[in-house]
Amino acid sequence: MRKELRLTVNGQPYELYVKPKTLLVEVLRNELGLTATKRGCESSSCGICTVILNGMAVKSCSILALQAEGAEITTAEGFAKGDQLHPLQKAFLDYGAYQCGFCTPGMLASAKTLLDENPKPTEEEMREAIDGNICRCTGYNSILRAMTAVVNGEYKEEK
Amino acid sequence: MSDKYAVIGKSHIKVDGHAKVTGSAKYTFDMVLPNMLYGKILRSPYPHAKILSVDTSRAEKMVGVKGIVTGKDTLGHKNGPWRRFPELCDEEIICREKVRYIGDAVAAVAAVDEETAEAALDLIDVEYEPLPAVFDPLEGMKEGAPKIHEHAERNINVTRRIEWGDVNEAFEKCDIIREEQFHTSSQAHLCMETHGAVADFGYDGKLTVWTSTQSNYFIQVLLAGMLGLREGDVRVIKPPSGGGFGSKFELDAAQFCASVLSQKLRRPVKIILTREEEFTTTKRKTPMYYYVKVGAKKDGTLLAKEVRVVTEGGAYTAMGATALYLTGFYSCMPYKWPHYRYDGYRVYTNTAPTSALRGFGAPQAYFAGESVIDMIAEDLKIDPLEIRRKNAVTPHYEVPGQAYIQSCGLSECYDAIEKHIKERGKLPPQRGIGIGNYAFMSGGIFNWFNTPYAFSAAIVKINIDGKVDLFTGACDTGQGSDTTLAMICAEELGVHLKDIRVHAEDTDLGPADLGSWGSRETLMNGNAVKMAAADAKRQLLEIAYTKLKPNVVYDLDIKDHKIYMVDRPERSVSYFDVVQDTIRAKEGQTIIGRGHYTPHRKGMVSPAWGFGVQAVEVDVDPETGKVKLIEIVTAHDCGQVINPVAVLGQVEGATMLAAGGAFCEDQPMDNGKILNPSIGDYKVLRSVDMPKTVGIEVDTYEPEGPFGAKEAGEGLTSPTAGAMANAVYNAVGVRIKDLPITPEKVLRDLKEKEKGKKKK
Repeated sequence: MRKELRLTVNGQPYELYVKPKTLLVEVLRNELGLTATKRGCESSSCGICTVILNGMAVKSCSILALQAEGAEITTAEGFAKGDQLHPLQKAFLDYGAYQCGFCTPGMLASAKTLLDENPKPTEEEMREAIDGNICRCTGYNSILRAMTAVVNGEYKEEK
Repeated sequence: MSDKYAVIGKSHIKVDGHAKVTGSAKYTFDMVLPNMLYGKILRSPYPHAKILSVDTSRAEKMVGVKGIVTGKDTLGHKNGPWRRFPELCDEEIICREKVRYIGDAVAAVAAVDEETAEAALDLIDVEYEPLPAVFDPLEGMKEGAPKIHEHAERNINVTRRIEWGDVNEAFEKCDIIREEQFHTSSQAHLCMETHGAVADFGYDGKLTVWTSTQSNYFIQVLLAGMLGLREGDVRVIKPPSGGGFGSKFELDAAQFCASVLSQKLRRPVKIILTREEEFTTTKRKTPMYYYVKVGAKKDGTLLAKEVRVVTEGGAYTAMGATALYLTGFYSCMPYKWPHYRYDGYRVYTNTAPTSALRGFGAPQAYFAGESVIDMIAEDLKIDPLEIRRKNAVTPHYEVPGQAYIQSCGLSECYDAIEKHIKERGKLPPQRGIGIGNYAFMSGGIFNWFNTPYAFSAAIVKINIDGKVDLFTGACDTGQGSDTTLAMICAEELGVHLKDIRVHAEDTDLGPADLGSWGSRETLMNGNAVKMAAADAKRQLLEIAYTKLKPNVVYDLDIKDHKIYMVDRPERSVSYFDVVQDTIRAKEGQTIIGRGHYTPHRKGMVSPAWGFGVQAVEVDVDPETGKVKLIEIVTAHDCGQVINPVAVLGQVEGATMLAAGGAFCEDQPMDNGKILNPSIGDYKVLRSVDMPKTVGIEVDTYEPEGPFGAKEAGEGLTSPTAGAMANAVYNAVGVRIKDLPITPEKVLRDLKEKEKGKKKK
């Protein structure tokens, strides 16, 4: 029995019908075709499905789609405005804060959530913010350098 | 140094960067084709059993199930990358008569969705007759142990001996001898994108496979062999790949099962392995029993080394035969041992097969090797750095019968690390710094795959607008080889990075190439690309000579879109004009440059060597045994750096993987069953665990490499475990000889040490 679900993703409102046990990540990827958000485990422990839901970093495999009723969600597809990248995306490029790129959308979601909430975090706060996101390629420190560069104002958001 | 070059030596955003940070990169995991089915694989619950029968009739009746394949649907060929040695090709992939580990595949289902395919697995009735199993290689090689493969007496899969000098006689002359035993643990690659494939077998008899792989060419050739197709009828395309680390250059069950299903059903089939399958069936790092004996003179001159290794092979050969050899080779490095002997035994066991994991047998060798060097240095009361410096290989050294070293920056690396240690000064109690050093290959000279092609090849095509298409078989799995190769191409051709488009993803387009493993891409592919670019450039210069009409003693070059006289740079013509004129002069044909590289007369192992020295600082809590990583500083010689930001990424990433393996990653088993096959239970280093990392590049020029470049990144998984063990010893005086270095082991040894003191 499908149920009605209304949510806004990257500024676009959607109305759809989903099975009660469908996960949010499944709706994003399979129903809406937003494949930036990945899945890497079956135990909510790798963080690569992280999206921003009502301003919080949320693992989209750990909540049911119906729990996101009425929510405002941002995925990696929504970070750039057209060809204007978000400062974090620019910093990730310059500091080589990605390699295979599979964890990057979730990593950016966690990083962006922190900086939206706290534009001047300490290094420890930055490390903690991405603690739930596994990256197997970079060793994390380049990600920290990219975040620090944004915190230090090296990248301005285009208006 | 970088001013010499227009493109290389300066950090460049990777060519795939924008797609990755915006989430628009489409991985195999993201692919959907029209009319596509989803597949799942049924796996053995027994470590060793005969398959008496497989009954798929109940599952076939399930609504939504479109097809099931078992071993009977295959040709019964056996797969393996060591194609020169048929007995080492030992994996059916879908088993016909016998399963050899928990996770061996016995059937695969294709259905309208993953859920249905998964449910159908439960309805396949397999009757097994369990057989006695063996899990430990030392047990496996005993007379009377259960036989895993008919051809392998005492389950011995491969043996390797490397020897020079007279080890026995040399030990007699040593002032001091150390004999030690080590054990290294398993480690999972943990690619964030699990293994997966979409296979589409068309009515034209052609199979197309999209897959996350480290070698399109290997998969193409192995699939063709297993399916009885011509290589040209198999097209393998690699979309962006979510990591490999050594686990993705063999034919895997997802690729094979999806292909067999698609061949049967004539519909596209997608199989993505679950995280649990990824942990239990996609190969893993090779655990080893490692015996070592070293002897030295009083002054610290190393004289003789003997190593005997028994490795846990798991159920199949995979890349394990190469790893066994490389463990033997790296066990002598990076020192000048006048007398050396290695005996390696790889033993089949009823456990998940073991293979290559970033470092390819080297990290195990260096863990033991770098630990024992510190031990003998202490015996001799010599500084650990000094004993290394005294015995380290130097430029133009020949490892007897094995390898010839040209560039070697170890000496500068020692200087840098010595300076760092001095700067750290006296450390607080429970703090220690340990060091480790290494050498690592820039691509292997092995041809067990039996390819008739060059090891690497490239094609450069210059279009009318000056845009350059670079075709290569290199496989970027995130390390950045597409960018490195584009930079080499741009540098050689005198154009900008943005003029280059890389086509590296498709066996139908690119030349055959062995792929991405053994740190081969920068040197081997780089040489092929440089040669192809030079070939194209020569064609442009021929036309430019007719325009600039230089005196014959002058020569021309290209830089920044200008073709100029080297000694009179003010006299130049536009690259773009010359491209157009060259195409006109060729009766309208596109400009094509070809390049290739295969090492010749470069020894047995590799044509060039990367080096490094690493200092690991730890803090040990004597109450809990917990080791905290404080800082890891690495001095590194990769020859000419092509893309600095990418090299640093390799150094840091490799260090993390190695530190994880040394520190917490492990795969404990019970009767062949891996007990922690989930990310929740498998501990890895996360952002909060990662210490400060510093990479110091030392400047060398490798004559064999493109613009002097060589290996960067994989080798750096080598020194960390040994350096960390040395650091723990220097901090609290306990010597951990079995990986990983867990708090339990540190605490256990601290207590033993305390007891020992009391007895005295």
